[in-house]
Amino acid sequence: MTEIGLGHYLTLGAIIFSIGIIGIFLNRKNIIVILMSIELILLAVNINLVSFSIFLGDLTGQVFTLFILTVAAAEAAIGLAIIVVYYRNSGTIRVEHIDELKG
Amino acid sequence: MIAHSIFFYTFSIIAIVSAIMVTASKNTVHSVFFLILDFISISCLFIMIGAEFLGMIMLIVYVGAVAVLFLFVVMMLNVAQQKNQWFSSEESSKHIPVGLIISTLIFVELIIVIGGWKYKPDLFDINNSIEINYVSNTHSLGQVLYTDYIHIFQISGMILLVAMIGAIVLTFRKRVGVKTQSYIKQISRERSDGVSVVKVESNKGVKIDD
Repeated sequence: MTEIGLGHYLTLGAIIFSIGIIGIFLNRKNIIVILMSIELILLAVNINLVSFSIFLGDLTGQVFTLFILTVAAAEAAIGLAIIVVYYRNSGTIRVEHIDELKG
Repeated sequence: MIAHSIFFYTFSIIAIVSAIMVTASKNTVHSVFFLILDFISISCLFIMIGAEFLGMIMLIVYVGAVAVLFLFVVMMLNVAQQKNQWFSSEESSKHIPVGLIISTLIFVELIIVIGGWKYKPDLFDINNSIEINYVSNTHSLGQVLYTDYIHIFQISGMILLVAMIGAIVLTFRKRVGVKTQSYIKQISRERSDGVSVVKVESNKGVKIDD
């Protein structure tokens, strides 16, 4: 229980980032959970930026966090719209069935 | 300082557990709720270390807008019953070791970077920042955001506009068989289309157009 420093916050960000990547890889069922994992990854990036900004006394990190928040909201809206259109056309959003491009 | 560490560990443990539950829970609705819990605890952390404006904005944007959007889509698509299975099907289980290895590697790399990070020794001493004690976080953020970063701010507004139009265009569908109002037909209607003056002879009557 020492003093909470920058390393604690960076470790928290690293843990949440890794959990988000695990969520992308392990989820083979539902593509909405993959979008939520992307949100988790962006959240971890935000934690890093804000903690650096606070502990180094520079406000630029918080400004960039604001822009990342904007882009994340736009990305969630577009991604969910694409999912809705795909579900309307094919009737499923299971990840293993979305392989028409054979990529 | 002891209260600071107690709050940090509480909120971070809640955040980590709920992040695990987002990826691991069987029901998609539960995943959305754990995502909301995660955002709330992280914004509590932000408020605690002094970034109050970002903490509040995260509450408004994520919990108020993005999570509700996720919840709407989950309810609309009827995927709540589709169970989130990891280890049952044969073809999906081959992704699991790859994902575990990659995420563990990334985590170890990040921890190595954090542990080996050395600051310049005079970094914390010099107060070369714009941190002024009597100006609140929101005030100083606004002073920077609307002067130095005004172009990026406007571009982010344009990004939001493009995202809004894109989402509407993607999900819009023209439905047939629905009675709708045609404005161009209404506006372009002349008097001669609707009314005609007929000269009526006496004792003959008028034959109305059928």
